[in-house]
Amino acid sequence: MSKSTLTRRGLLKTSAVAGAGVALPTIFTASSAAAYMNEPTGSSVTLGFNVPQTGPYADEGADELLAQKLAVEHLNGEGDGGCLSTFTSKALQGNGILGKKVEFVTGDTQTKSDAARASAKSMIEKDGAIMINGGSSSGVAVAVQGLCQEAGIIFMAGLTHANDTTGKDRKANGFRHFFNAYMSGAALAPVLAKEMGEDRRAYHLTADYNWGWTQEESIVASTEALGWETVNTVKTPLASTDFSSYITPVLNSGADVLVLNHYGGNMVNSLTNAIQFGLLDKQVNGKDFKIVVPLYSELMAQGAGENIKGVLGSMNYNWQLENEGSKAFVKSFGEKYGKPPSNSAQTCYAQVLLYADACERAGTFNPCGVAEALEGFEFDGLGNGKTLYRAEDHQCFKDVLVVRGAQNPSSQYDTLEIVEITPVDQVMYPPNHPMFGGDEATLGECNAGA
Amino acid sequence: MDAIILQILNGLDKGSAYALIALGLTLIFGTLGVVNFAHGALFMIGAFCAVTVQRILNLSVTTVDESRTDFLGNPLKVQTPYVENWFGPEIGAAISDWSVPIAILFSIPIMLLIGFIMERGLIKHFYRRPHADQILVTFGLAIVLQEVIKYFYGANPIPTPAPEAFAGSLDLGVMFGFDPNAIIYPYWRLIYFVFAALIIGGVFAFLQFTTFGMVVRAGMADRETVGLLGINIDRRFTIMFGIAAAVAGLAGVMYTPINPPNYHMGMDFLVLSFVVVVVGGMGSLPGAVLAGFLLGILESFASTTWATTTIPGINQIIIYLVAIIVLLTRPRGLMGRKGVMED
Amino acid sequence: MLGLNKKDTALFLIVIALTILAPFILNPFPTNSAMAQFNAGYPDLMQRFVIFGIFAIGFNILFGLTGYLSFGHAAFLGVGSYAAVWMFKLFTYNVIPAIVVAVILAGLFSLLIGYISLRRSGIYFSILTLAFAQMSFALAYSVLSNPKFNLTNGETGLQVYGDDPQIFHGAGLPNLPHLFGWSMRGNNQMSFGAWDFNFNTGYYVCAVCMILAFYIAIRIFRSPFGMMLRAVKSNQTRMTYTGLNSRPYALAAFVISGMYAGLAGGLMAAVDPLAGAERMQWTASGEVVLMTILGGAGTLIGPILGAGFIKYFENIFSKINDAVLHSWFSFLPDGLEDVVVALIYPFVGKGWHLTLGMLFMLVVIFLPGGLVEGGQRIGRFTFRRRDAKGSDAERDAANQRNPAE
Repeated sequence: MSKSTLTRRGLLKTSAVAGAGVALPTIFTASSAAAYMNEPTGSSVTLGFNVPQTGPYADEGADELLAQKLAVEHLNGEGDGGCLSTFTSKALQGNGILGKKVEFVTGDTQTKSDAARASAKSMIEKDGAIMINGGSSSGVAVAVQGLCQEAGIIFMAGLTHANDTTGKDRKANGFRHFFNAYMSGAALAPVLAKEMGEDRRAYHLTADYNWGWTQEESIVASTEALGWETVNTVKTPLASTDFSSYITPVLNSGADVLVLNHYGGNMVNSLTNAIQFGLLDKQVNGKDFKIVVPLYSELMAQGAGENIKGVLGSMNYNWQLENEGSKAFVKSFGEKYGKPPSNSAQTCYAQVLLYADACERAGTFNPCGVAEALEGFEFDGLGNGKTLYRAEDHQCFKDVLVVRGAQNPSSQYDTLEIVEITPVDQVMYPPNHPMFGGDEATLGECNAGA
Repeated sequence: MDAIILQILNGLDKGSAYALIALGLTLIFGTLGVVNFAHGALFMIGAFCAVTVQRILNLSVTTVDESRTDFLGNPLKVQTPYVENWFGPEIGAAISDWSVPIAILFSIPIMLLIGFIMERGLIKHFYRRPHADQILVTFGLAIVLQEVIKYFYGANPIPTPAPEAFAGSLDLGVMFGFDPNAIIYPYWRLIYFVFAALIIGGVFAFLQFTTFGMVVRAGMADRETVGLLGINIDRRFTIMFGIAAAVAGLAGVMYTPINPPNYHMGMDFLVLSFVVVVVGGMGSLPGAVLAGFLLGILESFASTTWATTTIPGINQIIIYLVAIIVLLTRPRGLMGRKGVMED
Repeated sequence: MLGLNKKDTALFLIVIALTILAPFILNPFPTNSAMAQFNAGYPDLMQRFVIFGIFAIGFNILFGLTGYLSFGHAAFLGVGSYAAVWMFKLFTYNVIPAIVVAVILAGLFSLLIGYISLRRSGIYFSILTLAFAQMSFALAYSVLSNPKFNLTNGETGLQVYGDDPQIFHGAGLPNLPHLFGWSMRGNNQMSFGAWDFNFNTGYYVCAVCMILAFYIAIRIFRSPFGMMLRAVKSNQTRMTYTGLNSRPYALAAFVISGMYAGLAGGLMAAVDPLAGAERMQWTASGEVVLMTILGGAGTLIGPILGAGFIKYFENIFSKINDAVLHSWFSFLPDGLEDVVVALIYPFVGKGWHLTLGMLFMLVVIFLPGGLVEGGQRIGRFTFRRRDAKGSDAERDAANQRNPAE
């Protein structure tokens, strides 16, 4: 039993069974022969795509998976190459990563932190995945990020919008391309002031869990800085399906703006209910009543149908962006799947490419090397324009889109229109911002699992 | 005062859905003695009847418009619904606008049929099995049904708006002497409440005033004796199952404009409707209706700012809290009979 | 042996052998073969098998023996997990105190809930437990995680942070749950030709717990106390007429099974120090009901089989995607390959719930005694055993499940 052979994807082993765990500071022990966890030894390298495939976010997960498969194709030199030609870093050759063919495994997060960790663990322990990508909620992102940190592999987050992912829960092995609640607030506030004036009274309905709270905090802070008043903030249970009892008090509260800090099915229902009760037809304090949905997604827009018309929100990316990278990606995605990509799809696509590129530039799959290559990396050509991966908290900084539900969409794909592209400088914040864990938040040490 | 009236209206509205689902559940339990965990799925299938009707009415012929381009720069493919081609754009648009009311007619035969198939094909074999087996097999069926819907319709909610004519809201306050805008309520939600009241009334009248209903009620009270009298009680019970399925389905069809349907909406309502049935008393039809409205109203009041600041989190747990209090103080629920389901 | 009769000893030895040899049994396919997709012998899944095995064994003590169907047992598992993670946060990463506290707290919590819920029986009892569990879930998910009083860390899950006190944490100890210095994630991989087998510290700690839990369950099943519990199930009225109050017995069974759930919860935290609120949701409670009935309620080994069956599905079938299917059927001609893949695809990967639902239905319809009954039928068919007298302890239990009415 104590015979030491280099195994399959270089997972561990050595020493006698009993001695194995003793005084090993890391989790999944890596073998002495392997320099780091799941070092690829064959002619291929395995990535793990962990997305929701069951539960309410299954469609979002399916879209992420399409983008991830497309990215793998492009990395392996198949298809039209997508953003490989527009990406400012030219390290990727279309011959896999570091000459190894890219393979992938998929798993189901069920949008539950437990299930997501189980699925990620099986990718790490069984399939030898060296990077995990995907997901559509912050709870899952933080849970899986923590796991990847302990396991010594890289986590490239999918859709996660709560401040905590790169705030108090930031990790050295975790990277977020998606924007966050603070940025939503910072980007939306000037547009709200311009469109609605500076003396508005806002009423918040907030999904009663971590992401909802951070978003409410961010939006309240940035709108109050403009001179808005916050009339009330009401928490709604995640399990709510009908929001009538939360909507009716809004009318008589003296508020003239309703902010819905909801996502997914919650947002679809609360917005539908708000429109049903005719909020948008009302005049309060002599002004037209307005609704704001700080975080939009294409699927939510689809689910809410006509109700989103004129409602403002923010997004990480929209396929209607006109830059070169965006055009290349939309063309590639659209021709393969017959529809434009969603913003969570774009995030996953960009994350896979960024990871691959970092490996090429670092010349290794070692997570510590890859992390170093990503830290402070500036790039363009992946769809969002000029972007910085900040070293201090592993958060991407790029322009943020303010969008609005279109009045007369020409097809089912342009139900949202871009109102403003908020420049990155406006959404910048210091890494020790109090909403992001303050001075105490640290990335910790990079872990290679060895 | 107006806030209280508004919350009562909200509660009646929520309660309508609970009461309709619970009515069917308790009907099935009372007649067949079966605990049907797939009842939420029937509600969901009803809702997807509306989605299907909407899709059928929007079946389109594709023409290529060279003057416009789609997102890839290719000529835009314009979809024109067949109904608009046949009846002209205005009438066609009006027909698809009315897809939810049309779906009501369409869903009744479908739900009855699904109910009959379910009862004859599956539930019938479980009359003599333990309740745990009934729960398990119907729960399995619920999973299968919702996964099938997910396969065909996806996991995202699908907007199914009410007809334009019912889109606005009614200023109820003015009618009762309040200020304008104090109590306004959407037409469709008022319709939902009236519709629920009609269905509930219809089911009660059917059981009370028809021979069929009398036999069924007799069967609920003492199945064996009715059987001994030479009456084919099984056939009637099958029909009752179909009716219960249709009630759940109609509740689902009518619910779609209130909140866009998705494949797991049945599960969202399942636990709640069980709580409603038990609080009302297993097998008691008036109990189910009463408990449905009661819990709907309590839930609405618990979500007011006043309630949540007095007891934080009360809006999350109110239903369960009420269930616990009722079951501990009134062992058989509000209107339940003795000895039902206590083994 | 150990106070067990011959049949039970044999069963016990089989369970011990299966658990200890699980790393081999669960990895029957060479690592790089196409069938490796079906290997379940990696640490995380093996741990889940035994942990949920413990959970189901405990649940079976309540449901299988007394017939009380609780829909709230996930709450006790959740309490166990939270208790264990709090022990990690406040005191030490050593798993022993964490597990002990998890069991005790879950026991106390189940005493409270059991005391109230057992005032009712039948479906009223089920709804009471469901209501308590859903309340616990709702509170854990949001109310108890507000910044002022953060007991559960809500959606993200309770985890250990660098600035937690951990007052007994020694310098040389692993920065993860450990058993006196042996990291729970310590893993040894043994290669044997094309095969790889994983020996994981966390798994064996859980396995030892499960063997103990199983042994205790056998003793309970065969004890006078167990007979009393069965009496509660078969005829409570008659029991009351003989002058016995059945409630203390039912309550004892409830608390024991709550402690089993706490043990499972503590172990879950021990192998992965994060406690998510979702594990308290009613669907999680429903899952353990399904496990128990699927395997065979009232039988000794059934719940373990049921737990393994469901967890295998969740973790293995959900990972089969269309690329994997294409690689399996690549030997077929192109057109046929696509047809076959298109036929199978709805049932695996994102469709794993569908397959699971259909299998549930099939098992419940055709095998009322669960997988154990299925095994017995196969056994009878194969060996044509005619000793219908039923000296087999398992069959007694399976047969005991006749209609409740």
